[in-house]
Amino acid sequence: MIRTVFAIVMIVLGLSVAIAQEDLIKARKALMKDNGAQAKIAGDMIKGDKPFDLAAAQKVFAAFEDAAAKMPDLYPDSTKSSVGSFAVDDFSPSPKVWEDMADFKARFVKLGADAKAAGASVKDLDSFKAAIGNIGKNDCGGCHETYRLKKS
Amino acid sequence: MAEPVRAAALYQIRKGYIRFAPAAGTPMPKLRLLALIAAVSVIAGLAAFWLVTLPAVVPAAVLPPYTPNLDNGRTMFDAGGCASCHAVPNKDPAKVDRTRLGGGLVLNSPFGTFYVPNISPDRRDGIGAWSEANFVTALWRGTSPFGTNLYPAFPYTSYQHMRLNDVRDLFAYLKTLPPLPGRVRRHDLSFPFNQRRLLGGWKLLFLRGRPYMDDPSRSAQWNRGAYLVNGPGHCAECHSPRNMLGAIVESERFAGGPTPDGSGWVPNITPLGLQHGDVTWSEKDIASFLGDGMTPSGDFIGGAMAEVIRNTSLLGVDDRAAIAAYIAALPPVQGPTPPPKKQ
Repeated sequence: MIRTVFAIVMIVLGLSVAIAQEDLIKARKALMKDNGAQAKIAGDMIKGDKPFDLAAAQKVFAAFEDAAAKMPDLYPDSTKSSVGSFAVDDFSPSPKVWEDMADFKARFVKLGADAKAAGASVKDLDSFKAAIGNIGKNDCGGCHETYRLKKS
Repeated sequence: MAEPVRAAALYQIRKGYIRFAPAAGTPMPKLRLLALIAAVSVIAGLAAFWLVTLPAVVPAAVLPPYTPNLDNGRTMFDAGGCASCHAVPNKDPAKVDRTRLGGGLVLNSPFGTFYVPNISPDRRDGIGAWSEANFVTALWRGTSPFGTNLYPAFPYTSYQHMRLNDVRDLFAYLKTLPPLPGRVRRHDLSFPFNQRRLLGGWKLLFLRGRPYMDDPSRSAQWNRGAYLVNGPGHCAECHSPRNMLGAIVESERFAGGPTPDGSGWVPNITPLGLQHGDVTWSEKDIASFLGDGMTPSGDFIGGAMAEVIRNTSLLGVDDRAAIAAYIAALPPVQGPTPPPKKQ
Protein backbone atom coordinates (compact mmCIF):
# COMPACT_ATOMS: atom_id res chain seq x y z
CA MET A 1 0.00 0.00 0.00
CA ILE A 2 2.70 2.44 1.06
CA ARG A 3 4.76 1.46 -1.98
CA THR A 4 1.81 2.22 -4.27
CA VAL A 5 1.37 5.63 -2.68
CA PHE A 6 5.09 6.28 -2.96
CA ALA A 7 5.10 5.28 -6.63
CA ILE A 8 2.12 7.50 -7.41
CA VAL A 9 3.73 10.45 -5.60
CA MET A 10 6.98 10.00 -7.57
CA ILE A 11 5.13 9.79 -10.87
CA VAL A 12 3.12 12.91 -10.11
CA LEU A 13 6.27 14.76 -9.01
CA GLY A 14 8.10 13.61 -12.13
CA LEU A 15 5.23 14.68 -14.35
CA SER A 16 4.97 18.07 -12.68
CA VAL A 17 8.69 18.59 -13.13
CA ALA A 18 8.33 17.71 -16.79
CA ILE A 19 5.33 19.99 -17.14
CA ALA A 20 7.15 22.77 -15.30
CA GLN A 21 10.12 22.37 -17.64
CA GLU A 22 7.82 22.52 -20.63
CA ASP A 23 6.14 25.60 -19.21
CA LEU A 24 9.48 27.35 -18.87
CA ILE A 25 10.49 26.46 -22.41
CA LYS A 26 7.10 27.62 -23.71
CA ALA A 27 7.42 30.87 -21.75
CA ARG A 28 10.89 31.55 -23.17
CA LYS A 29 9.79 30.97 -26.73
CA ALA A 30 6.70 33.11 -26.23
CA LEU A 31 8.74 36.05 -24.91
CA MET A 32 11.23 35.79 -27.77
CA LYS A 33 8.47 35.42 -30.37
CA ASP A 34 6.87 38.54 -28.98
CA ASN A 35 10.21 40.35 -29.23
CA GLY A 36 10.36 39.26 -32.85
CA ALA A 37 6.89 40.58 -33.55
CA GLN A 38 7.84 43.93 -32.04
CA ALA A 39 11.09 43.94 -34.01
CA LYS A 40 9.11 43.34 -37.19
CA ILE A 41 6.99 46.40 -36.43
CA ALA A 42 10.24 48.32 -35.93
CA GLY A 43 11.61 46.93 -39.19
CA ASP A 44 8.54 48.07 -41.15
CA MET A 45 9.07 51.60 -39.91
CA ILE A 46 12.81 51.51 -40.58
CA LYS A 47 12.38 50.21 -44.12
CA GLY A 48 9.78 52.87 -44.78
CA ASP A 49 6.92 50.42 -45.29
CA LYS A 50 4.98 52.01 -42.45
CA PRO A 51 5.08 55.63 -41.20
CA PHE A 52 7.06 56.33 -38.05
CA ASP A 53 4.90 56.23 -34.92
CA LEU A 54 6.56 57.34 -31.68
CA ALA A 55 4.15 55.44 -29.43
CA ALA A 56 4.70 52.22 -31.37
CA ALA A 57 8.46 52.79 -31.24
CA GLN A 58 8.40 53.17 -27.48
CA LYS A 59 6.24 50.07 -27.19
CA VAL A 60 8.95 48.09 -29.00
CA PHE A 61 11.53 49.09 -26.41
CA ALA A 62 9.13 48.42 -23.54
CA ALA A 63 8.58 44.89 -24.83
CA PHE A 64 12.34 44.31 -25.06
CA GLU A 65 12.76 45.61 -21.51
CA ASP A 66 10.00 43.36 -20.21
CA ALA A 67 11.47 40.28 -21.87
CA ALA A 68 14.95 41.14 -20.60
CA ALA A 69 13.63 41.19 -17.04
CA LYS A 70 11.85 37.84 -17.29
CA MET A 71 14.19 35.73 -19.43
CA PRO A 72 17.17 35.08 -17.08
CA ASP A 73 15.05 33.03 -14.63
CA LEU A 74 13.70 30.74 -17.33
CA TYR A 75 16.90 28.72 -17.82
CA PRO A 76 17.34 26.51 -14.76
CA ASP A 77 19.51 23.39 -15.06
CA SER A 78 16.38 21.27 -15.31
CA THR A 79 15.76 22.63 -18.81
CA LYS A 80 19.17 21.63 -20.18
CA SER A 81 17.47 18.85 -22.13
CA SER A 82 16.15 21.50 -24.50
CA VAL A 83 19.62 21.83 -26.05
CA GLY A 84 19.52 20.57 -29.63
CA SER A 85 15.79 19.93 -29.52
CA PHE A 86 13.99 21.43 -32.51
CA ALA A 87 10.61 19.89 -31.80
CA VAL A 88 8.74 23.19 -31.54
CA ASP A 89 10.60 25.47 -33.94
CA ASP A 90 13.99 25.95 -35.61
CA PHE A 91 15.84 27.18 -32.53
CA SER A 92 17.25 25.79 -29.31
CA PRO A 93 19.60 27.10 -26.65
CA SER A 94 23.29 26.31 -27.03
CA PRO A 95 24.97 24.30 -24.24
CA LYS A 96 27.03 27.46 -23.71
CA VAL A 97 24.06 28.94 -21.82
CA TRP A 98 24.78 26.66 -18.88
CA GLU A 99 28.56 26.70 -19.37
CA ASP A 100 28.62 30.45 -18.85
CA MET A 101 25.35 31.33 -17.10
CA ALA A 102 26.79 34.53 -15.60
CA ASP A 103 27.59 36.02 -19.01
CA PHE A 104 24.29 34.76 -20.45
CA LYS A 105 22.29 36.52 -17.74
CA ALA A 106 24.42 39.65 -18.10
CA ARG A 107 23.31 39.87 -21.75
CA PHE A 108 19.72 40.37 -20.59
CA VAL A 109 20.76 43.00 -18.09
CA LYS A 110 22.41 44.90 -20.94
CA LEU A 111 19.41 44.44 -23.23
CA GLY A 112 17.13 45.79 -20.52
CA ALA A 113 19.34 48.80 -19.89
CA ASP A 114 19.75 49.58 -23.60
CA ALA A 115 16.02 49.20 -24.24
CA LYS A 116 15.14 51.43 -21.29
CA ALA A 117 17.56 54.14 -22.47
CA ALA A 118 16.31 53.89 -26.05
CA GLY A 119 12.67 54.09 -24.97
CA ALA A 120 13.40 57.28 -23.06
CA SER A 121 15.45 58.97 -25.76
CA VAL A 122 13.83 57.96 -29.07
CA LYS A 123 12.18 60.90 -30.76
CA ASP A 124 12.22 60.42 -34.55
CA LEU A 125 12.94 57.87 -37.28
CA ASP A 126 16.68 58.54 -37.31
CA SER A 127 17.15 58.06 -33.58
CA PHE A 128 14.90 55.00 -33.81
CA LYS A 129 17.01 53.49 -36.60
CA ALA A 130 20.18 54.07 -34.61
CA ALA A 131 18.75 52.56 -31.44
CA ILE A 132 17.30 49.49 -33.17
CA GLY A 133 20.54 49.02 -35.07
CA ASN A 134 22.56 49.07 -31.85
CA ILE A 135 20.24 46.83 -29.83
CA GLY A 136 19.54 44.47 -32.72
CA LYS A 137 23.13 43.99 -33.74
CA ASN A 138 24.85 43.94 -30.35
CA ASP A 139 22.24 42.74 -27.86
CA CYS A 140 19.94 40.50 -29.89
CA GLY A 141 22.38 39.35 -32.56
CA GLY A 142 25.32 39.14 -30.18
CA CYS A 143 23.49 36.82 -27.83
CA HIS A 144 22.05 34.73 -30.68
CA GLU A 145 25.54 34.39 -32.12
CA THR A 146 26.88 32.63 -29.04
CA TYR A 147 23.94 31.19 -27.13
CA ARG A 148 21.42 30.08 -29.73
CA LEU A 149 21.49 27.11 -32.13
CA LYS A 150 19.62 26.99 -35.39
CA LYS A 151 18.30 23.84 -37.00
CA SER A 152 20.10 23.29 -40.30
CA MET B 1 66.70 -22.33 -47.83
CA ALA B 2 68.82 -25.22 -46.54
CA GLU B 3 72.40 -24.28 -45.69
CA PRO B 4 74.24 -26.36 -48.28
CA VAL B 5 71.96 -25.17 -51.11
CA ARG B 6 72.49 -21.57 -50.02
CA ALA B 7 76.23 -21.97 -49.86
CA ALA B 8 76.25 -23.55 -53.30
CA ALA B 9 74.21 -20.70 -54.77
CA LEU B 10 76.50 -18.06 -53.27
CA TYR B 11 79.57 -19.89 -54.59
CA GLN B 12 78.13 -19.98 -58.10
CA ILE B 13 77.18 -16.29 -58.05
CA ARG B 14 80.64 -15.34 -56.82
CA LYS B 15 82.26 -17.42 -59.51
CA GLY B 16 80.13 -15.81 -62.19
CA TYR B 17 78.33 -18.95 -63.27
CA ILE B 18 75.04 -17.26 -62.63
CA ARG B 19 74.81 -13.91 -64.34
CA PHE B 20 72.48 -11.01 -63.68
CA ALA B 21 73.42 -9.01 -66.71
CA PRO B 22 72.85 -10.06 -70.28
CA ALA B 23 75.88 -11.04 -72.23
CA ALA B 24 77.38 -8.23 -74.31
CA GLY B 25 75.62 -7.80 -77.63
CA THR B 26 72.22 -9.12 -76.51
CA PRO B 27 69.27 -6.68 -76.65
CA MET B 28 67.95 -5.21 -73.33
CA PRO B 29 65.12 -7.37 -71.92
CA LYS B 30 61.61 -5.89 -72.32
CA LEU B 31 60.98 -5.68 -68.61
CA ARG B 32 64.03 -3.55 -67.99
CA LEU B 33 63.11 -1.22 -70.87
CA LEU B 34 59.65 -0.76 -69.47
CA ALA B 35 61.07 -0.02 -66.04
CA LEU B 36 63.35 2.61 -67.54
CA ILE B 37 60.52 4.27 -69.45
CA ALA B 38 58.40 4.29 -66.31
CA ALA B 39 61.16 5.89 -64.26
CA VAL B 40 61.83 8.59 -66.84
CA SER B 41 58.10 9.34 -67.13
CA VAL B 42 57.74 9.73 -63.40
CA ILE B 43 60.72 12.07 -63.24
CA ALA B 44 59.49 14.04 -66.24
CA GLY B 45 56.00 14.24 -64.70
CA LEU B 46 57.36 15.54 -61.42
CA ALA B 47 59.48 18.10 -63.24
CA ALA B 48 56.49 19.24 -65.27
CA PHE B 49 54.38 19.52 -62.12
CA TRP B 50 57.13 21.54 -60.49
CA LEU B 51 57.35 23.89 -63.44
CA VAL B 52 53.64 24.29 -63.90
CA THR B 53 53.03 24.98 -60.24
CA LEU B 54 55.74 27.60 -59.78
CA PRO B 55 53.89 30.06 -57.53
CA ALA B 56 52.78 32.99 -59.66
CA VAL B 57 53.95 36.40 -58.57
CA VAL B 58 52.90 39.92 -59.46
CA PRO B 59 56.16 41.82 -59.97
CA ALA B 60 56.52 45.34 -58.62
CA ALA B 61 57.38 46.61 -62.09
CA VAL B 62 53.79 46.23 -63.30
CA LEU B 63 52.39 48.49 -60.58
CA PRO B 64 52.13 52.09 -61.85
CA PRO B 65 52.77 54.94 -59.39
CA TYR B 66 49.70 55.53 -57.25
CA THR B 67 48.55 57.57 -54.27
CA PRO B 68 46.33 55.33 -52.13
CA ASN B 69 42.92 56.41 -50.83
CA LEU B 70 42.71 55.46 -47.15
CA ASP B 71 38.93 55.96 -46.96
CA ASN B 72 38.43 53.45 -49.73
CA GLY B 73 40.97 51.22 -48.02
CA ARG B 74 38.79 51.24 -44.94
CA THR B 75 35.73 50.37 -47.05
CA MET B 76 37.60 47.44 -48.59
CA PHE B 77 38.67 46.39 -45.09
CA ASP B 78 35.03 46.33 -43.96
CA ALA B 79 33.73 44.71 -47.14
CA GLY B 80 36.56 42.19 -47.10
CA GLY B 81 35.89 41.19 -43.52
CA CYS B 82 39.61 41.10 -42.74
CA ALA B 83 39.08 41.73 -39.03
CA SER B 84 36.69 38.80 -38.71
CA CYS B 85 39.52 36.34 -39.25
CA HIS B 86 42.69 38.30 -38.53
CA ALA B 87 41.82 40.32 -35.42
CA VAL B 88 42.91 38.92 -32.07
CA PRO B 89 39.94 36.79 -30.96
CA ASN B 90 37.82 37.40 -27.88
CA LYS B 91 35.40 35.00 -26.18
CA ASP B 92 32.74 37.65 -26.83
CA PRO B 93 32.99 38.45 -30.56
CA ALA B 94 31.39 41.86 -29.96
CA LYS B 95 34.43 42.83 -27.87
CA VAL B 96 36.99 42.14 -30.62
CA ASP B 97 39.12 45.19 -31.48
CA ARG B 98 38.99 45.35 -35.28
CA THR B 99 42.22 47.32 -35.50
CA ARG B 100 44.40 44.74 -33.75
CA LEU B 101 45.20 42.21 -36.46
CA GLY B 102 47.51 39.95 -34.48
CA GLY B 103 45.81 36.78 -35.70
CA GLY B 104 45.36 33.64 -33.64
CA LEU B 105 41.82 32.63 -34.57
CA VAL B 106 41.46 28.85 -34.92
CA LEU B 107 39.71 27.64 -38.08
CA ASN B 108 38.69 23.99 -38.21
CA SER B 109 38.27 22.44 -41.65
CA PRO B 110 38.05 19.01 -43.28
CA PHE B 111 41.79 19.33 -44.05
CA GLY B 112 42.98 20.10 -40.55
CA THR B 113 43.26 23.18 -38.36
CA PHE B 114 44.31 26.60 -39.62
CA TYR B 115 45.75 29.24 -37.31
CA VAL B 116 45.08 32.66 -38.77
CA PRO B 117 48.32 34.69 -39.11
CA ASN B 118 49.30 38.11 -37.86
CA ILE B 119 48.75 40.72 -40.59
CA SER B 120 49.40 43.77 -38.45
CA PRO B 121 52.14 46.09 -39.78
CA ASP B 122 54.70 44.51 -37.43
CA ARG B 123 57.92 44.25 -39.44
CA ARG B 124 58.97 40.90 -38.05
CA ASP B 125 55.77 39.04 -37.19
CA GLY B 126 53.23 40.72 -39.49
CA ILE B 127 53.20 42.28 -42.94
CA GLY B 128 55.22 45.37 -42.05
CA ALA B 129 58.10 44.34 -44.31
CA TRP B 130 55.84 43.45 -47.23
CA SER B 131 55.96 45.52 -50.41
CA GLU B 132 52.83 46.55 -52.23
CA ALA B 133 53.59 43.94 -54.88
CA ASN B 134 53.81 41.28 -52.15
CA PHE B 135 50.32 42.19 -50.98
CA VAL B 136 48.84 42.24 -54.48
CA THR B 137 50.49 38.86 -55.12
CA ALA B 138 48.93 37.43 -51.98
CA LEU B 139 45.40 38.58 -52.81
CA TRP B 140 45.53 37.94 -56.56
CA ARG B 141 47.73 34.84 -56.80
CA GLY B 142 47.64 33.34 -53.33
CA THR B 143 51.42 33.43 -53.10
CA SER B 144 53.43 34.58 -50.09
CA PRO B 145 56.45 36.94 -50.27
CA PHE B 146 58.64 33.86 -49.80
CA GLY B 147 57.26 32.37 -53.01
CA THR B 148 55.24 29.70 -51.22
CA ASN B 149 51.56 29.00 -51.80
CA LEU B 150 48.98 30.34 -49.35
CA TYR B 151 46.10 28.10 -48.32
CA PRO B 152 42.73 29.08 -49.80
CA ALA B 153 41.34 29.25 -46.30
CA PHE B 154 42.49 32.78 -47.08
CA PRO B 155 39.85 33.41 -49.76
CA TYR B 156 42.07 34.70 -52.56
CA THR B 157 39.72 32.82 -54.89
CA SER B 158 37.43 35.81 -54.29
CA TYR B 159 39.99 38.52 -53.59
CA GLN B 160 41.53 37.81 -57.03
CA HIS B 161 38.54 39.73 -58.45
CA MET B 162 39.41 42.91 -56.57
CA ARG B 163 40.57 45.84 -58.64
CA LEU B 164 44.24 46.78 -58.35
CA ASN B 165 43.63 50.20 -56.80
CA ASP B 166 41.25 48.77 -54.24
CA VAL B 167 43.92 46.25 -53.21
CA ARG B 168 46.51 49.03 -52.97
CA ASP B 169 44.12 51.20 -50.91
CA LEU B 170 43.49 48.27 -48.58
CA PHE B 171 47.22 47.70 -48.12
CA ALA B 172 47.73 51.36 -47.28
CA TYR B 173 44.90 51.24 -44.76
CA LEU B 174 46.30 48.11 -43.11
CA LYS B 175 49.63 49.87 -42.67
CA THR B 176 47.92 52.55 -40.56
CA LEU B 177 46.79 50.01 -37.96
CA PRO B 178 48.88 49.31 -34.83
CA PRO B 179 51.76 46.82 -35.23
CA LEU B 180 51.43 43.81 -32.95
CA PRO B 181 54.33 41.51 -32.13
CA GLY B 182 53.79 37.78 -31.96
CA ARG B 183 53.96 35.18 -34.70
CA VAL B 184 51.05 32.74 -34.81
CA ARG B 185 51.86 28.99 -34.87
CA ARG B 186 51.91 26.97 -38.08
CA HIS B 187 48.79 25.27 -39.37
CA ASP B 188 48.11 21.71 -38.24
CA LEU B 189 47.21 19.83 -41.41
CA SER B 190 47.39 16.14 -42.25
CA PHE B 191 49.40 14.74 -45.16
CA PRO B 192 49.17 15.53 -48.09
CA PHE B 193 47.44 18.83 -47.27
CA ASN B 194 50.52 20.08 -45.44
CA GLN B 195 52.50 20.08 -48.72
CA ARG B 196 52.18 23.67 -49.91
CA ARG B 197 53.63 22.86 -53.31
CA LEU B 198 50.63 20.67 -54.08
CA LEU B 199 48.46 23.78 -53.80
CA GLY B 200 50.05 24.76 -57.09
CA GLY B 201 47.99 22.01 -58.69
CA TRP B 202 44.90 23.18 -56.85
CA LYS B 203 45.42 26.73 -58.06
CA LEU B 204 45.92 25.53 -61.61
CA LEU B 205 42.51 23.90 -61.44
CA PHE B 206 40.57 26.45 -59.44
CA LEU B 207 42.25 29.88 -59.46
CA ARG B 208 41.60 31.30 -62.86
CA GLY B 209 40.02 34.65 -62.38
CA ARG B 210 40.82 38.25 -63.11
CA PRO B 211 39.76 41.53 -61.56
CA TYR B 212 36.04 42.10 -61.94
CA MET B 213 34.91 43.64 -65.23
CA ASP B 214 31.67 45.63 -65.34
CA ASP B 215 28.81 44.12 -67.32
CA PRO B 216 27.67 47.02 -69.51
CA SER B 217 24.20 45.54 -69.92
CA ARG B 218 23.58 45.93 -66.17
CA SER B 219 23.10 49.02 -64.02
CA ALA B 220 25.93 50.69 -62.15
CA GLN B 221 24.31 49.63 -58.89
CA TRP B 222 24.16 45.97 -59.95
CA ASN B 223 27.80 46.07 -61.04
CA ARG B 224 28.86 47.60 -57.74
CA GLY B 225 26.95 44.86 -55.93
CA ALA B 226 28.45 42.17 -58.15
CA TYR B 227 31.92 43.53 -57.42
CA LEU B 228 31.43 43.77 -53.67
CA VAL B 229 29.90 40.29 -53.42
CA ASN B 230 32.32 38.42 -55.69
CA GLY B 231 35.44 40.39 -54.75
CA PRO B 232 36.04 41.64 -51.23
CA GLY B 233 32.74 40.35 -49.82
CA HIS B 234 33.62 36.75 -50.72
CA CYS B 235 30.04 35.73 -49.85
CA ALA B 236 30.10 32.62 -52.03
CA GLU B 237 33.01 31.19 -50.01
CA CYS B 238 30.53 30.31 -47.25
CA HIS B 239 27.27 30.26 -49.18
CA SER B 240 28.31 27.56 -51.69
CA PRO B 241 28.91 23.81 -51.52
CA ARG B 242 32.46 22.52 -52.07
CA ASN B 243 33.87 19.43 -53.76
CA MET B 244 36.26 16.89 -52.25
CA LEU B 245 39.24 19.08 -53.06
CA GLY B 246 37.69 21.96 -51.18
CA ALA B 247 36.84 24.09 -54.20
CA ILE B 248 33.45 25.68 -54.77
CA VAL B 249 31.04 23.69 -56.94
CA GLU B 250 30.59 26.37 -59.58
CA SER B 251 27.15 25.25 -60.74
CA GLU B 252 25.84 25.70 -57.19
CA ARG B 253 27.51 28.97 -56.25
CA PHE B 254 25.45 30.83 -53.64
CA ALA B 255 23.12 27.83 -53.22
CA GLY B 256 24.20 27.05 -49.67
CA GLY B 257 26.32 24.35 -48.06
CA PRO B 258 27.91 23.20 -44.80
CA THR B 259 29.81 25.72 -42.68
CA PRO B 260 33.59 25.55 -43.18
CA ASP B 261 34.06 23.58 -39.97
CA GLY B 262 31.20 21.26 -40.87
CA SER B 263 29.19 22.01 -37.73
CA GLY B 264 26.25 23.84 -39.28
CA TRP B 265 24.58 24.94 -42.48
CA VAL B 266 24.89 28.12 -44.53
CA PRO B 267 21.67 28.93 -46.39
CA ASN B 268 20.94 29.21 -50.09
CA ILE B 269 20.86 32.94 -50.95
CA THR B 270 19.66 32.58 -54.53
CA PRO B 271 15.93 33.30 -54.97
CA LEU B 272 15.25 29.58 -54.39
CA GLY B 273 16.60 30.04 -50.90
CA LEU B 274 15.28 33.50 -50.13
CA GLN B 275 11.72 32.80 -51.25
CA HIS B 276 10.23 29.82 -49.49
CA GLY B 277 7.05 29.26 -47.56
CA ASP B 278 6.02 32.31 -45.61
CA VAL B 279 9.49 33.81 -45.69
CA THR B 280 10.18 36.00 -48.71
CA TRP B 281 13.12 38.38 -48.82
CA SER B 282 12.67 41.51 -50.91
CA GLU B 283 15.64 43.50 -52.13
CA LYS B 284 14.80 46.07 -49.45
CA ASP B 285 14.74 43.32 -46.81
CA ILE B 286 18.23 42.18 -47.83
CA ALA B 287 19.66 45.70 -47.73
CA SER B 288 18.09 46.42 -44.36
CA PHE B 289 19.27 43.05 -42.99
CA LEU B 290 22.87 43.85 -43.91
CA GLY B 291 22.58 46.99 -41.82
CA ASP B 292 21.26 45.55 -38.55
CA GLY B 293 20.84 41.79 -38.89
CA MET B 294 17.03 41.87 -38.76
CA THR B 295 15.31 39.23 -40.90
CA PRO B 296 11.88 39.86 -42.50
CA SER B 297 10.22 37.92 -39.65
CA GLY B 298 11.69 40.21 -37.00
CA ASP B 299 14.40 37.80 -35.83
CA PHE B 300 17.96 39.06 -35.39
CA ILE B 301 20.42 36.73 -37.06
CA GLY B 302 22.88 34.80 -34.93
CA GLY B 303 25.44 32.16 -35.79
CA ALA B 304 28.28 32.97 -38.16
CA MET B 305 26.27 35.58 -40.05
CA ALA B 306 26.22 37.87 -37.02
CA GLU B 307 29.92 38.50 -37.63
CA VAL B 308 29.24 39.34 -41.28
CA ILE B 309 26.67 41.93 -40.20
CA ARG B 310 29.36 43.51 -38.01
CA ASN B 311 31.21 44.24 -41.24
CA THR B 312 28.37 45.08 -43.62
CA SER B 313 26.77 47.42 -41.09
CA LEU B 314 29.88 49.60 -41.44
CA LEU B 315 29.48 50.00 -45.20
CA GLY B 316 27.63 52.90 -46.75
CA VAL B 317 23.89 52.49 -47.28
CA ASP B 318 24.45 52.67 -51.07
CA ASP B 319 26.88 49.76 -50.96
CA ARG B 320 24.43 47.64 -48.97
CA ALA B 321 21.71 48.52 -51.46
CA ALA B 322 24.03 47.47 -54.29
CA ILE B 323 24.80 44.13 -52.64
CA ALA B 324 21.07 43.57 -52.15
CA ALA B 325 20.34 44.42 -55.79
CA TYR B 326 22.90 41.85 -56.96
CA ILE B 327 21.81 39.10 -54.56
CA ALA B 328 18.11 39.61 -55.33
CA ALA B 329 18.88 39.28 -59.03
CA LEU B 330 20.85 36.02 -58.78
CA PRO B 331 19.49 33.20 -60.95
CA PRO B 332 17.57 30.67 -58.82
CA VAL B 333 19.74 27.62 -58.10
CA GLN B 334 18.77 24.45 -56.27
CA GLY B 335 21.56 23.71 -53.86
CA PRO B 336 22.39 20.69 -51.70
CA THR B 337 19.89 19.62 -49.04
CA PRO B 338 21.02 20.19 -45.48
CA PRO B 339 21.35 17.01 -43.41
CA PRO B 340 18.48 16.51 -40.93
CA LYS B 341 19.46 17.60 -37.42
CA LYS B 342 18.95 14.97 -34.74
CA GLN B 343 15.92 15.73 -32.57
